[in-house]
Amino acid sequence: MATEILMPALSPTMEEGTLAKWLVKEGDTVASGDIIAEIETDKATMEFEAVDEGTMGKILVAEGSEGVKVNTPIAVLLEDGESADDIADAKPAAAQIDSDEPAVSAPAAAVPAPVKVVEEALPEGTKMKTQTVREALRDAMAEEMRIDEDVYLMGEEVAEYQGAYKVSQGLLDEFGAKRVIDTPITEHGFTGIAVGAAFGGLKPIVEFMTFNFAMQAIDQIINSAAKTLYMSGGQMGAPMVFRGPNGAAARVGAQHSQDYAAWYAHIPGLKVVQPYSAADAKGLLKSAIRDPNPVIFLENEILYGQTFDVPDLPDYTVPLGKARIWREGDDITLVSFGIGMKYALEAADRLAEAGVSAEVIDLRSLRPLDTETVINSVMKTNRCVTIEEGFPVCSIGNHISAVLMQQAFDYLDAPVINCTGKDVPMPYAANLEKLALVTTDEVMDAANSVLYR
Amino acid sequence: MAAKKAKSNTSKDELLHYYKEMLLIRRFEEKAGQLYGMGLIGGFCHLYIGQEAVVVGLEAAAEDGDKRVTSYRDHGHMLACGMDPKGVMAELTGREGGYSKGKGGSMHMFSKEKHFYGGHGIVGAQVPIGAGLAFADKYKGNGRVSFAYFGDGAANQGQVYETFNMAALWDLPVIFVIENNQYAMGTAQQRSTSSAEIWERGKAFGIPGEAVDGMDVLAVREAGEKAVAHCRSGKGPYILEVKTYRYRGHSMSDPAKYRTREEVQKMREERDCIDRVRDMLLTGKHVTDDELKAIDKDIKAVVNEAAEFSKESPEPALSELWTDIYAEAG
Repeated sequence: MATEILMPALSPTMEEGTLAKWLVKEGDTVASGDIIAEIETDKATMEFEAVDEGTMGKILVAEGSEGVKVNTPIAVLLEDGESADDIADAKPAAAQIDSDEPAVSAPAAAVPAPVKVVEEALPEGTKMKTQTVREALRDAMAEEMRIDEDVYLMGEEVAEYQGAYKVSQGLLDEFGAKRVIDTPITEHGFTGIAVGAAFGGLKPIVEFMTFNFAMQAIDQIINSAAKTLYMSGGQMGAPMVFRGPNGAAARVGAQHSQDYAAWYAHIPGLKVVQPYSAADAKGLLKSAIRDPNPVIFLENEILYGQTFDVPDLPDYTVPLGKARIWREGDDITLVSFGIGMKYALEAADRLAEAGVSAEVIDLRSLRPLDTETVINSVMKTNRCVTIEEGFPVCSIGNHISAVLMQQAFDYLDAPVINCTGKDVPMPYAANLEKLALVTTDEVMDAANSVLYR
Repeated sequence: MAAKKAKSNTSKDELLHYYKEMLLIRRFEEKAGQLYGMGLIGGFCHLYIGQEAVVVGLEAAAEDGDKRVTSYRDHGHMLACGMDPKGVMAELTGREGGYSKGKGGSMHMFSKEKHFYGGHGIVGAQVPIGAGLAFADKYKGNGRVSFAYFGDGAANQGQVYETFNMAALWDLPVIFVIENNQYAMGTAQQRSTSSAEIWERGKAFGIPGEAVDGMDVLAVREAGEKAVAHCRSGKGPYILEVKTYRYRGHSMSDPAKYRTREEVQKMREERDCIDRVRDMLLTGKHVTDDELKAIDKDIKAVVNEAAEFSKESPEPALSELWTDIYAEAG
């Protein structure tokens, strides 16, 4: 029987990839373990090995094809005695490339609310370019390293491997091994060295392969980096950035799937940033590198490959501590940050269809927290739902609820609801993981509840 | 002790300088202990009495611009690198005139001017920081070296070995100074540490080092000069295990049940680092008894002046609670 070779998933978050190159042609004999193709994922270009042996009967997806979905048949392997004619039925996979899932649209029972998307104020005539969050982060580092010799990047696999998540791609080539430094797997130690380097006058960017591993280094981040300016009576501090992916990726289990936003936001002396869009990722990272304080810069693995419009400006920065209103609305305020914005914006769309006008605020910075923007919005809408992926106890949403209760109590028409991840370690099973994360449905339930609908 | 003895020739001026420096630390610490007893110093207070030769010997080997970082037993390091006793004492009493404006305390003082980078309260955390200072110097190519001081207790922290590895891998100009006073708080070295010679652990990383008699300021200086020359010439890190002894408790609240009074007394009588230099000065006929008395008097005056300053300096303004949390850009 002919065997279909399927587009493989080569990283936990890979949904599609580019079939960069075929290394075999139709008619070639293939043994198990032979490298048959090169596949470019969101993280790297990987060699793809044959699992079965046989003859390459038909190549279904030509090399150079982009956006090939995982599990799409890309070739057919023949066993002895079979010929290519036997597989005439095999469907070319073109139809499955880039096929979007059918959109779920409920019949609109209500008059849709107008959607007022807020554009950022940019200089007149600013061109936009489409970039992934990953590219935007890389550009931010490269731009700052070009203008300041004291800025350097250190972390695991940042140099020769080109970044475990490809964020630092190309930086070693441009800046050399003095400024783009591969460290051993030793978070506690290299974080301490970076703090010392910051005391000594440099501006380190420390990449954690994920923030889960920063737990090994959290003493240096908090006790050494965050507190020294205060403990020294203002004499010296740690101008540096700690960055890397934070929060759940996909199917990587409890130890690799935690959102640390609330942990770091708790600490005076740190600034904490978690961007959603590529433009904010770029502008905030540039500001973080320039900031004379230690900045925790929380990224998200799932967002790395997502594209957004980024202003094509020579020096685009976004100030730390300022929220962004993505949409203006009158009936309810949805407050989120990072990947939580995805659920907030989806919920806002669904609410609009139902005739409810939602204001959507991306906090962007968690410390300092732009409470003014949230309070002003709630004074207008009188209702608020917060959305984040972290655990529910002592969450960012809890803090916002407290702020609103103290400073906007008379404006609230309903208790604030915090949508969060569930109060459980992240499970591995696909269905349980889905259940553990916050969903758009839950945001809708919360919104309907505070709207008394 | 297996540590080496000094054989270098030393001038009268040098000997006198070391004597004064060590005596200043001792008298300062005695005064700090007294002020603690009077309730003027609060919290934790870790005295350096007995260990004075370590920092004085190593400072004699350092040059301007070299950096140092240490743990919470830090008063001696600050005085030895030239920080003002008044500012140190006023920090101990939590006053505005202290090095950290009263916001750091005994364990957290810094001086950018004197290249003193703290004063760290988490055991072992200063070791990678010291290597990081050296990293910055190497990056800038300025020829400076850094001293990262830590105790025999900290020598069992994992981050110390993470740091050894990277310091060796990247040839960082850092001298790891293990101040082995034989007790990690109340736990004797043989009860906490698998190796008798801690500096030998550096061999696993290819870091050279040696043990030094920490009660002999000349031996410490000599070893320090060798270590500094090694680091400054670009050969990477060096380890000095300085065998020393703390006469006082780990902190002011130490019940001292883990060692005998006789053990402490024996060290004081037979090995004291200040007595040793005093004897050299007298037997070499460099000074007279009267001259030494005059020196003692001068140092007492300096310490008393520091104590007076630390009492008279006002507590920080209440508004200071909210300053120095974030640095302003620019």
